[in-house]
Amino acid sequence: MAEQHDAQQHSEVPLAQVTARKRGRLSAVWIIPIIAALLGGWIAVQKLLAEGPTIEISFSSAEGLEAGKTTVKYNGVDVGRIDSLKVSPDRQRILASVQMAPETRDWLVDGTAFWIVRARIAGGSVSGLGTLLSGSYIGMQIGSGSERLRSFTALEVPPVVASTAQGRYFRLQASNLGSLDFGTPIYFRRLQVGQVASYALDEDGRGLTIRVFVNAPYDRYVKAETRFWQASGLDFSLDADGLDVRTQSLTSILIGGLAFDTPPENADADPAAVDTVFKLFDDQLTAMKAPERGSLQYVLYFDESVRGLAVGAPMTFLGMPIGEVVSVRLDAKRQKKDVAIRARVLVAAYPQRFLDMMADPQVLTAGRTAITPEMRHELMNRLVARGLRAQLQTGSLLTGQLYVALTYIPTASPASIDWRSDPPVFPAVKGSFTDIEARLTSILTKIEGMPLAAIGKDLQQSLAALAKTLQDVDALVRRWDGELSPELAKTLAEGRRTLAAAERTFDGAGKALAPDSQTMSELQATIVEVRRAAQSIRVLADYLERHPEALLRGKSEETQE
Amino acid sequence: MNSAGASALSQGCAGCEVCGLVVRLPVPAGAASCPRCGERLHSRRPASIERTWALTIAALLLYIPANLLPVMTTNTPLGAVSDTIMQGVVELWSPTSWPLAIVVFVASVTIPLGKLIALAYLLLTVQRGSVRSNEQRVRLYRLLKFIGRWSMLDVFVDTFVVALIQLQPLMWVEPGAGVIYFAAVVVVTMVAVNSFDPRLIWDLPQQEKQAHG
Repeated sequence: MAEQHDAQQHSEVPLAQVTARKRGRLSAVWIIPIIAALLGGWIAVQKLLAEGPTIEISFSSAEGLEAGKTTVKYNGVDVGRIDSLKVSPDRQRILASVQMAPETRDWLVDGTAFWIVRARIAGGSVSGLGTLLSGSYIGMQIGSGSERLRSFTALEVPPVVASTAQGRYFRLQASNLGSLDFGTPIYFRRLQVGQVASYALDEDGRGLTIRVFVNAPYDRYVKAETRFWQASGLDFSLDADGLDVRTQSLTSILIGGLAFDTPPENADADPAAVDTVFKLFDDQLTAMKAPERGSLQYVLYFDESVRGLAVGAPMTFLGMPIGEVVSVRLDAKRQKKDVAIRARVLVAAYPQRFLDMMADPQVLTAGRTAITPEMRHELMNRLVARGLRAQLQTGSLLTGQLYVALTYIPTASPASIDWRSDPPVFPAVKGSFTDIEARLTSILTKIEGMPLAAIGKDLQQSLAALAKTLQDVDALVRRWDGELSPELAKTLAEGRRTLAAAERTFDGAGKALAPDSQTMSELQATIVEVRRAAQSIRVLADYLERHPEALLRGKSEETQE
Repeated sequence: MNSAGASALSQGCAGCEVCGLVVRLPVPAGAASCPRCGERLHSRRPASIERTWALTIAALLLYIPANLLPVMTTNTPLGAVSDTIMQGVVELWSPTSWPLAIVVFVASVTIPLGKLIALAYLLLTVQRGSVRSNEQRVRLYRLLKFIGRWSMLDVFVDTFVVALIQLQPLMWVEPGAGVIYFAAVVVVTMVAVNSFDPRLIWDLPQQEKQAHG
């Protein structure tokens, strides 16, 4: 009370109440910036932890790529994003700096591939349609290397075969690409078993190497002897064998394809090793017959035109194909001071095929599987001695294609195989068709020699005479017309009447002769009677013939027995 | 005596900050409370500078993630796009919508940062006991107090857009973590402005004048 009074005395301002001091030395407010710092630090740490490696990918073009937007996807999962795009110092490439997810650290190794995924129609399939709306993204395939890399070069085209796919790669040597592309299917017995992975022009530019991938269960059907061929679209060929059309599936007609098969005799061989090189043939026929083992070459010389004889044209033995034409050249031969130029045709014969065609090859091989050269020489010499000759024949009159036929020509002048030259020279004769041509020419020459003018004059005179004769005939006909026609008309009318009468008569007769008419039945009865009478007479005649005496004595008892 | 008059502190008095009652402080300096409303009394808010500094620093720290983290993620079938505040401004900066870009830039970038700088300036000048242009500094303080409630523009835009654009699966918008940090910056700054005692601005000059006088 005293205090209050004192305060009132001091001033009219009321005195504050005294409370205990509670404040600590350091303000608790400092917790707030600490929390803020912790939050910020936590975010930063999280951001750093979530930050994967930054890599550099080099593209030939950044079309469709956008910094900060375009993502890197591995099997559809986002694993990175493009930070920035810039042009390389040499201005040839675009360098993209890509922020990858932390889990990709172990994926960025030697062999890892990146490519731009765009909408793409290839190999009979449409892919990346989603990118039409969402924009392109970068596809990723993890390599199998161990060396970690920080810069990559993007593939120009997406890899056709996933790195995880089971199977084997093979290489094909081709002369041209045909209608192949990445992802072009490969067929085995019309079943799609793989696809074209890549192709590249050879260093020397003379051919292409196509890398194909055959999927796992089917890759064991690729043997060392397997043949690959282009099954691209429709394959027409018009040759000495006529028109031939070959196709694979409808898909391959549209987009092309490759096919392979193994000749049946090699079907049990071991599967081919990875990256085995095969030759790519143009079609199935050449593929399946091409590398014949132990082909024998012969030379044929022809003095006639070989127009229409193509390389690859068949050589037949009595119509069975046993070889083909390897080359057609000209050959000059000097005889004393004269020079003879003739066509030189090199043919390849396949003895194994010849044996395969034999119903019983043992007759020729004498129990062995193959013919020895000595046996072959002897056999060929004998066949030639019997008149076997090579001859050019026309396979098709339409195309004029020629082929080499080995036929027996009994009238051929004696000849023999020249074994000394290499390759041996097989005797040839003029082709039948060219023979016909020569004969036709001689006929034409004779026709040309005919006195056609004189014949023409004679013909003209004959024709004039004929014209006159015809005029006479004409007059005669007119006379006939005037004099004979009325008579003829009358006769015709009478004739018609007679015919009508006859018709009526026949009508009556027809009625009488109808099967159910009385006349008919009576007639039938009569005929039966007559037949019986005739029978009796025949019996009588027979009896009388054997027993002429009966005519005088009557029937004897003995004869009746 | 100058035009501002003698301060209560110099006369041993203090004004209650709630009911406005002016009371004399007890002679041995200690904690006191208002006899009318019970509010604790202080001549100057206790540890005002320390608190304001702490809050300002906290706001500054929060300001970093607020600007680095995305405030909004727009999902469309074409992909998801996340935007930070500055990216939003850059995106708005086009011949047609540049005024909007300026509004967003001013409201979301300039003002929060300006507030923090202004607070730091006030604190520094008070701590150094500067005597110059104290009227301008008081005006600056009033501006800070006034403007505080208007700097939530970005947060408002974000909440509205997120609530309205939910056309799943065609298009939808998700809030980003940045918006929480941004809201925290605004709130912490407002608290900092409130914890600053403007009376400190003219304390020192008056003491000096009294000392001179």
